[in-house]
Amino acid sequence: MIELQSVPPFFEDKPELLQEILDRYPPYGRRSAVMPLLWEVQRAERHVSEARVVEIAEILDLHPTEVKGVMSFYSTYHGEPVGRWHLQVCSTLPCALAGSDALCDHLVRELGVVPGETDPEGRFSLQKVECLGSCTTAPVVQVNDAFYERVTRSRADALIEALRRDAPPEPWRERGGDAAGPDDAAAEADAAPRDGEGEAR
Amino acid sequence: MNDVATSADPTQERITRRSDPRFEVTLYRHVGVPGAQRLAYYREHGGYEAAAKALRTDPGELVRTVQESGLRGRGGAGFPAGLKWSFMPPDDGRDRFIVCNADESEPGSCKDRYLMEDDPHQLIEGMMIAGHAIGATRGVIYVRGEYYLAYERLRDAIDEARAEGILGPDALGTGVAFDLILHRGAGAYICGEETALMNSFEGLRANPRLKPPFPAQAGVYGRPTTINNVTTLASVVHIVRKGADWFSRMGTDDSKGIHHLQLSGAIRKPGVYEIPMGIPYREAIYELGGGPDGPAKAFIPGGTSCPLFPFDDAHLDLPVEYAAVAKAGSMLGTGALIVIPEDQCIVDAMYNVTRFYAHESCGKCTPCREGVAHWLPLLFRKLLEGQGTMEDVDLIEELSGKIRGTAFCPLADACVWPVQTSLAHFRHEYEHLARHQAPLHPRKDRWKA
Ligand SMILES: Cc1cc2nc3c(=O)[nH]c(=O)nc-3n(C[C@H](O)[C@H](O)[C@H](O)COP(=O)(O)O)c2cc1C
Ligand code: SF4
Ligand code: FES
Repeated sequence: MIELQSVPPFFEDKPELLQEILDRYPPYGRRSAVMPLLWEVQRAERHVSEARVVEIAEILDLHPTEVKGVMSFYSTYHGEPVGRWHLQVCSTLPCALAGSDALCDHLVRELGVVPGETDPEGRFSLQKVECLGSCTTAPVVQVNDAFYERVTRSRADALIEALRRDAPPEPWRERGGDAAGPDDAAAEADAAPRDGEGEAR
Repeated sequence: MNDVATSADPTQERITRRSDPRFEVTLYRHVGVPGAQRLAYYREHGGYEAAAKALRTDPGELVRTVQESGLRGRGGAGFPAGLKWSFMPPDDGRDRFIVCNADESEPGSCKDRYLMEDDPHQLIEGMMIAGHAIGATRGVIYVRGEYYLAYERLRDAIDEARAEGILGPDALGTGVAFDLILHRGAGAYICGEETALMNSFEGLRANPRLKPPFPAQAGVYGRPTTINNVTTLASVVHIVRKGADWFSRMGTDDSKGIHHLQLSGAIRKPGVYEIPMGIPYREAIYELGGGPDGPAKAFIPGGTSCPLFPFDDAHLDLPVEYAAVAKAGSMLGTGALIVIPEDQCIVDAMYNVTRFYAHESCGKCTPCREGVAHWLPLLFRKLLEGQGTMEDVDLIEELSGKIRGTAFCPLADACVWPVQTSLAHFRHEYEHLARHQAPLHPRKDRWKA
């Protein structure tokens, strides 16, 4: 616990952000801020350390164990740092029916990490996750906040290659059925490829 | 079963075919159109006219309109929306909440995501109307953490709406106060269960709560709350705009209006399809989805939490209708239709399903924590790894039977329903594994080049 003092508090130099988050909720619902606060830390530091747990607890007048309890419930807060590029491969049934097992194996081979692991340089980490809500455009890989959909073999290689250059392509947002838009919009979209299509092919 | 093909009164013939010329894609009308997420676009297409009308209407009348429309909840359970709204207690001066369940995590489902990404104002408008109907001045949209784009689009849309006075103390200049809280989840399926969602929103671990009290009595922060799914709330906009009759003219007596099928798995044209309720599954799978992309043996009608159907004429001829699907032994659920190919080992597929629920079990109650989160996937693994026996097959069956109906919330049932039906229809595949220590359909690489 002694070393905790040496880390400057995360929200110390972000008073506006902190206030904005706290102000979202009614006065009797201050505790609701725990998830957004955890997320700010996770996003900036790629994990939530003990020191941050204690800090968030102090802000919200909770016991650190309560914050820990919330944090451990969810799969997107991590106790250990994830990579700069955190690849989350959906492995649930619709994605599995579109080859997500082979896709995941391929990523393991190419990135040299197994699910749950981060490489020594802190560059790549891999996580097998459950349904991401992109089942009609399976298989899907989420890289940090962005979805890459209908990830074929060639697309997977293009994605890895781009991430190695720290230059992620625009997310491949695929659509099917009425989600693709009315026919006239679809025709326009055919004429002018959607974001990211160029890199994808 | 309702005879949906022939409506009783020919003068008022219902729309039960997507190909019916009177049917128009409505909720998804602007999905997929670049720029549709902006307020200017939304307003050009009649946006917020329904809310302007609704906020000047007596709340009781709004509730009646939604009841007359026959709208049922699109989050899975299909509870009548207007009836749910009518459960809110009389105003006692406390804050009241309308909550939008945008946690969409039922495997196979993605209809809410596109509505939020491409038409966030439609959802905001639906929340304003629902909020006014139940007397709530605050709304909460709980969006799953992975839907980052949806979150950004909603956040920007809420900012636009506030800047224009659409949201705020004098919403749309009607004198009615209404504002929204946008809250993100962080990856936990159980947060879709309404009381777990409320705990999660309050900053607690997302364990489901005991009911009663129901949300209308004690919901968010113990205050009167109504919770509805994204698609339910978006539907309300059009019911107010076009009238309850417009909505109830689609579908069957039991299931009225519009639904969204999300076709995934072994299908040629996967995607989200807006349909009038009552269309036969055959039309959905073959005419909209282009048919299965090879021989198929089963389909799950409403997300992995539902019993599966064999891919046969009797089931393909069923209408997309809550009652008919329930009578045939499954559930309409979220409308997430997953087609399972003939050459897919059903035991492997069900292992995938049990693994999902094992991962998502909140650990609160014993049948689910021990049965779903531990023993069921373990038994499946044993079989799949060539170590299983016929006793293990029986054990899966027995265990599933004991889990069903004994757990605290429906998550555990959701896990065993597909398992039990897979045993009912494809037991030979389980037995093949137990006898030969190898699957009838070996794993194959389905990943496309
Ligand atoms: C385990 C479980 C998960 C659920 N997940 C969702 C979900 O992701 N989205 C949703 O709208 N409803 C979900 N529901 C249903 C909700 O509890 C609730 O019935 C629904 O949000 C009510 O809205 P509606 O009446 O408009 O459908 C889930 C229920 C259970 C038991
Ligand atoms: S059934 Fe599972 S998810 Fe539901 S309360 Fe019990 S342990 Fe939690
Ligand atoms: S199963 Fe992968 S996104 Fe739904």
